[in-house]
Amino acid sequence: MKLTTLVEELALKVQTAQKGLGREVKGGYASDLLSDVMANSQEGDVWVTIQGHPNIVAVATLRDLAGIILANGRQPDAETLQRAEEEAMPLLCTSLPTFEVVGRLYRLGIHGRG
Amino acid sequence: MTRVYASDLHVHTCLSPCADEEMSPRSIVRAAAEAALDIIAITDHNSGKNVSAVMEAAADDPLTVIPGMEVQCREEVHLLALFGSLEALEEWDAYIYEYLPDVRNDPAIFGHQPIVDTEGYVLRFEERLLINSLDLSVEEVVRGVGDRGGICIPAHVDREAFSIIGQLGYIPPELPIAAVEITGSQGGEVPEGYTVVTASDAHFLRDIGRKRTLFLLEAPTIAEIQQGLRGEGGRRVKRLS
Repeated sequence: MKLTTLVEELALKVQTAQKGLGREVKGGYASDLLSDVMANSQEGDVWVTIQGHPNIVAVATLRDLAGIILANGRQPDAETLQRAEEEAMPLLCTSLPTFEVVGRLYRLGIHGRG
Repeated sequence: MTRVYASDLHVHTCLSPCADEEMSPRSIVRAAAEAALDIIAITDHNSGKNVSAVMEAAADDPLTVIPGMEVQCREEVHLLALFGSLEALEEWDAYIYEYLPDVRNDPAIFGHQPIVDTEGYVLRFEERLLINSLDLSVEEVVRGVGDRGGICIPAHVDREAFSIIGQLGYIPPELPIAAVEITGSQGGEVPEGYTVVTASDAHFLRDIGRKRTLFLLEAPTIAEIQQGLRGEGGRRVKRLS
């Protein structure tokens, strides 16, 4: 499933890297501890978090994640937006809380990978 | 002329809900003297409201009390903020209170948050829960403390919980921090390229000075400590123990 489908189904607000929305999503990961995401997320995951610090872009890029969903109405820092644009990392915002986002992703067929 | 100063830069008082109620100003000063410390920093969670009482309790002592706070920012990172004067800390305290969520402390769950006099008598209770995240980013905190002449040291970077590395994966390279603190005896990665200090993170009297940093300084001031952390002018961190 492509990111663009998730954007449509969950009505996500695309903040950066419009061009990256064609990327295939292979799985999902949810965590707000960036050390944990660095250790345990997998290439092609869509990552659900409420952490808006600029470091999320570096971590997502490092792990080659498909995109970041910033949940619960959290707003990314200005620098986060800038870096995400530079790194072509799609940053998608929603007012839905993390639990709800993950539930809807799961229903769409996006699963965690252990 | 430099000499060795033994410091514990991370000491809580009874105001921190997780700290022991025995952590009164007088008892802290006594414990610091017994531990042969020259310098302590008082660093309660998101509050500086017991610092003046500790400074007063130490007024006739050789002990230097540095006004400080353990700040929790939006990213749930703990940072030691150390100031050059009580006034600077109190101004910072008033500023950040606006960014502390208006959630009432439930003493049955978290513990009491008493603001006390030198002898530990309760003047009033801080009613807003202190162990919460300020609505300020880590960068905003470090900049704000610096603007007030203070320094920031990310706390217990060797732990996972509430540490800058645990929360953010790595230390943002542009962040103007003075050092990093480790509180564990071993293990945990220490980031390269940063000056390291060790401190006790004491929540109980018996822990004060259990971890310490020995500085070579000319005087026990924040400006000297800052130089010591940079290794300037003959000042330096001599030993961690």
